[in-house]
Amino acid sequence: MTAALVLDAGLALLVVAVAVWTIAAGSAFAAVVGFVAFGLLLALAWVRLAAVDVALTEAAVGSGITGALLITAAARLRPSEPGSVAERPGAPMRAVAGALAFAVFAGLSALVLLPANPAPTLAPAAAVHLPELGVGNAVTAVLLVYRALDTLLEKVVLLLALIGVWSLAPDRFWGGAPGLRPSALPGGELTLLGRLLPPVGIVVGIYILWVGAIAPGGAFQGSAILAAMWLLVMFAGLRAVPETSQRWLRLVIVAGPAVFLAVGFAGFALPNGFLSYPARFAKPLIIIIEVVLTLSIAAILGLLVAGPSECERQR
Amino acid sequence: MRILLDTVTVLLVSAGAVFFLAGTVGLLRFPDSLSRLHALTKADNLGLGLVVLGLLPQADGVLAALKLVAVWLLAQLAGATVTQLVARAVRRGGEQT
Repeated sequence: MTAALVLDAGLALLVVAVAVWTIAAGSAFAAVVGFVAFGLLLALAWVRLAAVDVALTEAAVGSGITGALLITAAARLRPSEPGSVAERPGAPMRAVAGALAFAVFAGLSALVLLPANPAPTLAPAAAVHLPELGVGNAVTAVLLVYRALDTLLEKVVLLLALIGVWSLAPDRFWGGAPGLRPSALPGGELTLLGRLLPPVGIVVGIYILWVGAIAPGGAFQGSAILAAMWLLVMFAGLRAVPETSQRWLRLVIVAGPAVFLAVGFAGFALPNGFLSYPARFAKPLIIIIEVVLTLSIAAILGLLVAGPSECERQR
Repeated sequence: MRILLDTVTVLLVSAGAVFFLAGTVGLLRFPDSLSRLHALTKADNLGLGLVVLGLLPQADGVLAALKLVAVWLLAQLAGATVTQLVARAVRRGGEQT
């Protein structure tokens, strides 16, 4: 018991220390490195709290894909960084920011330190209907059944984010290939990794998606891994970055939310409302949605990191 | 038998922790990037390798043991690649401390 307590206390201290270090870091690049380390430590903390689903998402999306996004952003901003560091916000602005941050901190502390007794929970109600759904993982059931609307809107937000990134392209480059440049020497070590890792990574990604029905895992974590493999292949220069105007690419991106919406509207006709699944078909429908969503999210995440178009359209 | 396996685990994991400690000390104390990378690889390869080796007797069946070995192999692959990339960047961009 005490050993576990020491481990948890050390982990908590480390998380806070890395967070402070990240804020205090001198350059954007160092801050991103701190942020990624922070995410991985946070994932460990979630594992200690027995929330393995959250831990996987934190490691894959919060730390991995977001880290890649931030690194590319930091690399792009490097030339203009000294100027932006020089202009500090004024004292009133900093006071307001500090006050707001303290309010959030105080609110969260109050929630943690003065918990309602007994803590309100819907867990038993969520667990009761799991057998009917044929989904063993309560988190997946919440994401795709009880709160399916939230999940659907999340995917639409991702789509909007990608449209936002694409809109940054100048008019003459619209529909061209994103600015991601292969950073590998031909035949170098990244080429080797780009050949060795994707076969393993793709299997792991699909496994994480599939196992999400009965154990920690699911569409988001699986697709983050698939996106990482795609990005690795593109960074290694083994496959070209596709032009954003490609019909197949746009179909893949839209397919997930579209299928989700179609199943949602079918709920009006068959059972009794938007996004309700007909009895006995819940599990197959959930699997179809998850599979298509995984492909779409993987493509969207990869393209988010690849960035806006920076080349003229070839075709 | 159980005690013997547990002893092996404790010994190997402790040895792994020593390599991690040595690697971290090297990372903090060595003067330039290339030597720091050299220190890191010790933690990655030997440290993690010994930890995995020590955990094998505790593994829940052959599949779980294979998963542990796969984790080590993947970490090796990623570690070796990143080390090469960082070293190349250091060589190209000059020494930065």
